[in-house]
Amino acid sequence: MTTTVVHAAPTPYGAGIFSNVGGPEAFALAGTPGAVMSRAAADLDDRAATDGRHLLGLEGMTRDELLGLLAAAKRERAWLAQGEPNRTDLAGMTVVLAFIEDSTRTRTSFEIAAQRLGANVVVFSSAASSLNKGETLLDTVRLFEAMGSALVVVRHPSSGAPVWLARQLDRMGVINAGDGMHEHPTQGLLDLLTLQDAWEGRFEGRRLAIVGDIGHSRVARSAIAGLTTLGARVTVCGPATLLPAEVELLGCDVADNIEDALAGADAAMALRLQNERMEKGLLPSSGEYARVWGLSPERLTLLAPHAVVLHPGPVNRGVELAHEVADGLRARILAQVANGVAVRCAVLRRCADATRRPHGFTSDVAAR
Amino acid sequence: MSALTLFRNVTHWRTGERFTLAVEDGVVVPVPKYPGEHARMFDAHGAVVAPGLVDLHVHLREPGQSGKETIETGTRAAAAGGFTSIACMPNTDPVVDTPAWVEWVRRRAEAAGHCEVLPIAAVTVGQKGEQLAPLEALAAAGAVAFSDDGRPVTSAAMMRHALEYARPSGLPIICHEEDPSLKGDGVMHEGFTATRLGLRGIPGEAESVMCRRDADLAELTGGRVHLAHLSYHSSFDALRDAKRRGLRVTGETCPHYWVLTDEAVGDYDTSAKMNPPLRSEADREACIAAIVDGTLDCFTTDHAPHTADEKSRPFSEAPFGIVGLETALALTLSYLVEPGHLSLARAVELWTDAPRRIFGLPAVTLEPGSQADLVLFDPRGDWTVEPSAFHTKGRNTPFAGWRLKGRVLVTMLEGRVTHSAADVAFERPAAEEAAR
Repeated sequence: MTTTVVHAAPTPYGAGIFSNVGGPEAFALAGTPGAVMSRAAADLDDRAATDGRHLLGLEGMTRDELLGLLAAAKRERAWLAQGEPNRTDLAGMTVVLAFIEDSTRTRTSFEIAAQRLGANVVVFSSAASSLNKGETLLDTVRLFEAMGSALVVVRHPSSGAPVWLARQLDRMGVINAGDGMHEHPTQGLLDLLTLQDAWEGRFEGRRLAIVGDIGHSRVARSAIAGLTTLGARVTVCGPATLLPAEVELLGCDVADNIEDALAGADAAMALRLQNERMEKGLLPSSGEYARVWGLSPERLTLLAPHAVVLHPGPVNRGVELAHEVADGLRARILAQVANGVAVRCAVLRRCADATRRPHGFTSDVAAR
Repeated sequence: MSALTLFRNVTHWRTGERFTLAVEDGVVVPVPKYPGEHARMFDAHGAVVAPGLVDLHVHLREPGQSGKETIETGTRAAAAGGFTSIACMPNTDPVVDTPAWVEWVRRRAEAAGHCEVLPIAAVTVGQKGEQLAPLEALAAAGAVAFSDDGRPVTSAAMMRHALEYARPSGLPIICHEEDPSLKGDGVMHEGFTATRLGLRGIPGEAESVMCRRDADLAELTGGRVHLAHLSYHSSFDALRDAKRRGLRVTGETCPHYWVLTDEAVGDYDTSAKMNPPLRSEADREACIAAIVDGTLDCFTTDHAPHTADEKSRPFSEAPFGIVGLETALALTLSYLVEPGHLSLARAVELWTDAPRRIFGLPAVTLEPGSQADLVLFDPRGDWTVEPSAFHTKGRNTPFAGWRLKGRVLVTMLEGRVTHSAADVAFERPAAEEAAR
């Protein structure tokens, strides 16, 4: 009969559950009672983030990875500006755009980027109502994998769906084009690129104020993750009903009102307000929102002189942004859209390169 | 007439004494001078013997959801976990809201024979919260309690009527406390991890405000309220307060609430998704405090098996629930007894005498004459949780790969061995000893 006393019991909330990562050794190492943060969770994120086939989120990406992608995006932008014919970087490769949630601008941006690099593009879109179960999406994406597609760009209403998809697929790279309220990493990168231009290449010491519906915003989460990694600061503000619990633990500051958030900031980002928020009783009206949280010309004077204004679009004019602000000199909304194509070219190239090595996707499928 | 079984060198769960336990014909008997040649013996080398464990909150999934679990597999898992009596929840398909279904569950469990099964019947027809189920008839058919578990009784008036109507039966209403409007579309605890992952949160107050409502309704009606699977610091306070007021309110918690926090969700791990959700570290500590000070009356598992397909969906789309029968004792010993929060005797009591008192079940002791429902376990025996080796159909546990202390060696129901560990071998007495 076994009577061995084992003292290396797992921490109560510890790494032991992630046996697929570290096995029994993992919790033996994490066995100190003080180790409150489970490192295994972060390890998993890191592994997903550093697997070059995928772009799942900006959280967990290193400063060098981010700056590398921004530099690549700048090169793509310069090339795109020349109006040359399509390239052949992704020639012979099929990129699937699986949009299980409506998005004209993100989808067309990816579509243009993939075509400019010479990929075959398949658009697969479906309303969440007819295809919202993950298993159905997985079955569909597996079909594309079997048909030889190398990359899938996925937009999905469920947070974590791209992470989940990446785990299930054998070969395909997964690019997150927005998942629920989690992340929108290519939007985050295009925001970073826009700010890098506005800030003359320097992130350290700069500060972005994000105004509005932080709780439901994947744009905000990606911006916070990217900017804090690059040494900038982020202040969030918005109605208390739209601020998520313990948001400050993401590494940002929280301001009580828009004036405090904007004062001296190097950029401001207004988030789109969905009508659904009023319907669910989170806000009284869009009129009240505009008065309390809208970016007006007067409020812009609180910003630093060089500051710019971002918005992920589409803008509710007169709600998040006053007309004068949306069309004003500080607005970078169209620059964001242009940067989006460049960023997506850079991301597609990176992920495509990674699917080719070390075991080339094409040869592997042929061998099966 | 079944043969004599002798467990030698067992440690009494309450007194700590070493003794020999004899079982014959389904009951504990005095140790005979001469065991006889047909006796079987097991030298326990100091392993602990206790009355069989009792779990008041199990989802056996039958009728209707046998892909997740069956009464056969669920009760087999219970035996492997050291349980001899379990109460099963009525949120099946169809809902157990008629005497015929109560009877069906009981018969099917008797045929399986691994464990006593005590059916819990629905409070309202179809658990829809609209019309009272026939509580008197359900009690007569053998229901031990009433619950709309999984679908909280939203209407305070309906809960009031249920408590009033059930009062003559003496049976408790088991309350799954959750305000649906506060829960909303939430899928995990509202806190930093939910914020980081972009998942909709469930505030703890979804649970605690309903605990307070039902405590007040217990006062109004004189009915018996049992608060299921409490997870939140303010819910423990509500229970503490109800007891101070002298109300007929009891409450339970489950191992995952004293072992894990919402951080276990990690990177969208659906095996850490259950309802109520894993909460904060402060809540975990409050849970242990409420166990230690006696606020919580007993432990349950909320064993909730699901298929691998269901659990391998994206987090928001995967069902709530984890399995618990086969890890409950080890999690209790490893995380309450080993760190010194509870004595072994108190921990065992919370899985045995305490739940029996709440449901008014006859006491089981180790004294001669008592029904031989018992568990023999090695409190220091360590093992690794391997879901593929579970007897339950469910593999959905957040404890896969964990090394735990506390291993069940033998489970006995009415004198029959319903589970024995692979390395347990009974011996025959030596010839001269048997005959002497």
